Amino acid sequence: MAWNWQVFCRETTTGETVVGCFGRGGDETYLNWIVTAWGWTLGVALCALVVALVTGLIVGTVRTLPNSPWLVRLGNAWVELFRNIPILVQIFLWYFVIPGIFPVMKQVPSVVLVVIALGLFTSARVAEQVRAGIQALPRGQRYAGMALGLNTWQTYRYVLLPMALRIVIPPLTSESMNIVKNSSVAFAVSIAELTFFARQSGEETSAPVEMYLAATVLYAISAFAINRVMGVIERRSRVPGFVAAGGMGGGH
Amino acid sequence: MLGSLDISFFSWDLLAPFVIKGFYFSIWLTIVATIGGIVLGTVLALMRLSGKTFLEVPAAAYVNTMRSIPLVMVLLWFFLLIPFAIGRPIGAEMSAVITFIAFEAAYFSEIVRAGIQSIPRGQVNAGYALGMTYGQNMKLIILPQAFRNMLPVFLTQTIILFQDTSLVYAIGAYDMLKGFETAGKNLGRPIEAYLLAAVLYFLMCLALSKFVRLIQNKVQIIR
Repeated sequence: MAWNWQVFCRETTTGETVVGCFGRGGDETYLNWIVTAWGWTLGVALCALVVALVTGLIVGTVRTLPNSPWLVRLGNAWVELFRNIPILVQIFLWYFVIPGIFPVMKQVPSVVLVVIALGLFTSARVAEQVRAGIQALPRGQRYAGMALGLNTWQTYRYVLLPMALRIVIPPLTSESMNIVKNSSVAFAVSIAELTFFARQSGEETSAPVEMYLAATVLYAISAFAINRVMGVIERRSRVPGFVAAGGMGGGH
Repeated sequence: MLGSLDISFFSWDLLAPFVIKGFYFSIWLTIVATIGGIVLGTVLALMRLSGKTFLEVPAAAYVNTMRSIPLVMVLLWFFLLIPFAIGRPIGAEMSAVITFIAFEAAYFSEIVRAGIQSIPRGQVNAGYALGMTYGQNMKLIILPQAFRNMLPVFLTQTIILFQDTSLVYAIGAYDMLKGFETAGKNLGRPIEAYLLAAVLYFLMCLALSKFVRLIQNKVQIIR
């Protein structure tokens, strides 16, 4: 089978080949489209990552609080809820069910709903890692904080979290790469990201192999880039003499 | 606010014709992909730990490629390429089964590899010192202990796998989610149908994860 990379120079509506491959003045080639789609993938993934990290950090920390059994239970329930429903089903919940129950949500753009869905889904995993990270610290650290007269907030802020967050960087790296891959389910609610592009353009151009290949490579590049960025963060934040342990893990 | 929602609309008799077929497919896909994934994953892990470059490199390349692509894209790829490879069209369901085995093998192989590496080197050397061959060593010393250590991680991965079976939506295979969706569309109650699907997935995964925690405490090797 011969490659047909010229297909990327075609205009998306007329099918005519555009010179220079990038459409001008309202024309859109498949090359334009895939760049936009990549932007959507990265945009959705990064926004969802922010939601996941912030929520996951709060929920994960709350689950380790001493003397607040109800907050701990709430945190545990949060994790169980968002971890035990498939991501695609969660996206449908946010896209169809919640606007159906609360009509106000109908005004929210679908991409925001996808970001929330993907973010909260991942927040459960982040929360689990953060909890494990805090609990991996020797108990003496918490007691040391108390012995110094720090209150709970100060103990977390100055003693526990700075160490725990360094421990969780490697698992959070793989969660960050997962969020790029998981953003592919946004195709199901017609967000124009890479998977949606691949399906759609593959059908329109009858050159699905080229389209799939381009989308796949962009996914791999995105995940790899995030891996490198997290690697830099890990090296920069390292405390000399302190070795973080990696675990045996599955996951996607 | 909640007036528009009517869960009681769905009786078992209304749902069953749409959902049962998909439910069985989701379960079947999970079981077949877990078993196939573990078998193929073990082979890949042994290749990567063999110390022979011509086995290590292709296995590592396969695992790393699979792990860097979203499952939805892999589903689309296989659905596109399998008919090319075998020369005739293949159903979405069969395509999904092959994809899941191939895809999950990469993840299971990483678990097996970590499990084998968690067995102390001394055990491996002790086996060789007793005059065992590589095969005997693996079969009698390493894999039994490694699999015991790995059991909880395997089961956790199976829960993730079960959740991921819903992604066969991308190639239009008829699974549990599709069953609920079809029921919702045909009966004019899509919102309630999605909600019920979510509840069912949640209860099944929750029950499985409780079970995993039980197993975890039972099988732990005390050292």
